[in-house]
Amino acid sequence: MEKLVKQTIEKYGSDPNRLMDMLIDTQEQFGYIGPEAVATLAHGLQLSQVDVEQTITFYHFLSTKPRGKYAIYLNNSAVAHMFGRDAIKDAFEREAGIRFGQVTEDGLIGLYDTACIGMNDQEPAAIINNKVFTRLTPYRVREIIRHMRLGKSLDELVNESYGDGRNQHPNLKTMVSSNIRRKGMILSDNYVMGKVLREVLPGISPEAVIAEIKHSHIRGRGGAGFPTGFKWEFCRKAKGEKHYVICNADEGEPGTFKDRVILTEKPELVFEGMALAGYAIGGDEGILYLRYEYRYMKDYLESVLQSMRFQQLLGTNIGGIEGFHFDIRIQFGAGAYVCGEESALLESLEGKRGEPRDKPPFPVEKGYLNQPTIINNVETFATAVRIVENGGEWFTQFGTEDSTGTKILSISGDCMFPGVYEVNWGFNVEDMLDMVGAYDVQAVQVGGPSGTLIGPDEFHRTLGYSDLSTGGSMIIFGKQRNLLRDVVLNFMEFFIDESCGSCSTCRNMPQVLRNKLVKILNGKGVKKDLTDLREWSKTLLASRCGLGQTAANPIVSSLKNFRHLYEELLQKDIEFDEGFDMKASVESSCKYVGRVPKFHH
Amino acid sequence: MSKPVIATTSLAGCFGCHMSILDIDERILQLIELVEFNKSPVDDIKTFTKPVDIGIIEGGCCNSENVEVLKSFRKNCRILISLGECAIMGGLPALRNGIPVEECIHEAYIGGPTVQLNKDHILPNDDELPMLLDKVYPCHEIVKIDYFLPGCPPRADLIWDALVALITGDPMKLPYEVIKFD
Repeated sequence: MEKLVKQTIEKYGSDPNRLMDMLIDTQEQFGYIGPEAVATLAHGLQLSQVDVEQTITFYHFLSTKPRGKYAIYLNNSAVAHMFGRDAIKDAFEREAGIRFGQVTEDGLIGLYDTACIGMNDQEPAAIINNKVFTRLTPYRVREIIRHMRLGKSLDELVNESYGDGRNQHPNLKTMVSSNIRRKGMILSDNYVMGKVLREVLPGISPEAVIAEIKHSHIRGRGGAGFPTGFKWEFCRKAKGEKHYVICNADEGEPGTFKDRVILTEKPELVFEGMALAGYAIGGDEGILYLRYEYRYMKDYLESVLQSMRFQQLLGTNIGGIEGFHFDIRIQFGAGAYVCGEESALLESLEGKRGEPRDKPPFPVEKGYLNQPTIINNVETFATAVRIVENGGEWFTQFGTEDSTGTKILSISGDCMFPGVYEVNWGFNVEDMLDMVGAYDVQAVQVGGPSGTLIGPDEFHRTLGYSDLSTGGSMIIFGKQRNLLRDVVLNFMEFFIDESCGSCSTCRNMPQVLRNKLVKILNGKGVKKDLTDLREWSKTLLASRCGLGQTAANPIVSSLKNFRHLYEELLQKDIEFDEGFDMKASVESSCKYVGRVPKFHH
Repeated sequence: MSKPVIATTSLAGCFGCHMSILDIDERILQLIELVEFNKSPVDDIKTFTKPVDIGIIEGGCCNSENVEVLKSFRKNCRILISLGECAIMGGLPALRNGIPVEECIHEAYIGGPTVQLNKDHILPNDDELPMLLDKVYPCHEIVKIDYFLPGCPPRADLIWDALVALITGDPMKLPYEVIKFD
């Protein structure tokens, strides 16, 4: 083992900043990262063992204990539950003879829950040794486990046909579907790879590129909506030895999967956008930070990069421009929602725990390896290419005044046609529901768990930065759903699992709120609990990053828009009930000392 | 108007909060002018003899007696205040909350390195003794608490200001120095 780990260390130039790559390789090689591997890594990188361990234990897909020859990660998102996850989980447990969180005695199969894997439009879905299995049924689950026991290979476990579009590409060959249901400028078929790099860039300066981006008024597509042009300009002006371009493909917000589709169907567009950004800010190195859930795309995306290098769209003197060098490498996360936060992403890129940094300084000044860095969403880079190709002015004709251009929505839940829809900003929710064939809708979760839950009286609202802001996740809930139990509780569990634990507010308060919600769901709530939920949620705003600041949103927005659902569950005419049970609480101590409990009242 | 009546008690606490009450120094004379004490260690009245306006609780609940006393305070007092870390959060006693109560008892009476004399491994199980709870509970998880005064202990000035505010009905001043406790 030591020899193999040493080889891994060498493969990444003994650079401690590449610890994540080494850990992922080791995990895949051995199925876990044992004490021996930790010691070898620590020694080889001149780190303490604790440094290595703390990175391992931070990430969901890394483990210090064996995870099984086949590690099965079953998606745990609210939509997975809506589409029968419980039956799938049950089938896995019965057939494998173990519970989730365990490994079979022969070490063959491990079962694990995992947060949204970006397959909400084809649930229930699971990842088995980096291969995605979608639309699972109890029958298929039994079959898969039986085949594992028969010693079939991973590829032999698949008997589904490949998905649509490029999912059939020789380097991809996956059953995942893209489900593109509405195309706009980004998903359009009229994209010609390399046109911008070869034909447009030779004629304009980096400053002029930034000017076009600014003129387009495009704002970041990841959700926060920072003006992209300004970000690029700040970075260009920042002094540093090297400038970096980073594409944030850590698509972790439950219910969003549009980056998966863009990277599957239009990876060249994204990579061209990164090269374009490199030209604009004066950087020659780009990194695609891809979530580990999309590991199945690795070979495919590497092959796309390679073919772009052959066509001189990456590499040196790109597009014939003297001195314009740019290349891209892919680095993976290992299962941590918080790494979608840009400074946590940087920490992860540098081989550390993905804990957000204090700001300022912002990444445009001190980012990757403390150098000026831009971090943009997959969709932003793709859009930038179309802007520079057609001009900032052209772009402003799409969308609204404060939200220009198009937005790719990931739509899932109770509707006829879940999938990816590219629409102009300014679309209203009512039209969206009609577009996807959603009837008898009770609520829509706009922007994922960290966003807002709205009901029918707000369906007239429009998508845009000044009204309903969204990174693209749209989850539709029909009348048959129990919003508090199936949705809000699921989202709170998600935030509890994904908190990095750095701020005490985010580490503790979501649990307190969840417990109160459970209390209400169990019929033990009183009116004051609702006031507590509302007031206590505010303390989360003191958290360092967006995860903590929005972790109470499922409760805050459902309490605001669906208060009646809470009120119906409250105990009437009781002012106080914290559920303390004297009998139950003295039982264990009395039993241990050998006495019969006696009560005065 | 007759003087407001105050009662105090220390549950699973260290009496440090009561010390802090005494720490109001000569203002205690003023306090006696303003209020009347009922059940409290301050005047050693053991049982409630009349309805009380303000009940002050130090400490959380670690045993059945704590719970009964706390409930009797809730029954007899118009307003209840959780005073200090232990009443509000469980405090130091709550450090045992992560450990099964059986292990705690074993450590205290059988296995602990300072246990020398209990050769027969006798465990306290007389009916006269309070029964130990499975964990230490903050007061507001047992009864409704109206106000919380944080600190370990809360500073005398905070206690004084809170009592004066409650009695006079004036808003309470809470400058940073009075509520910081780290």
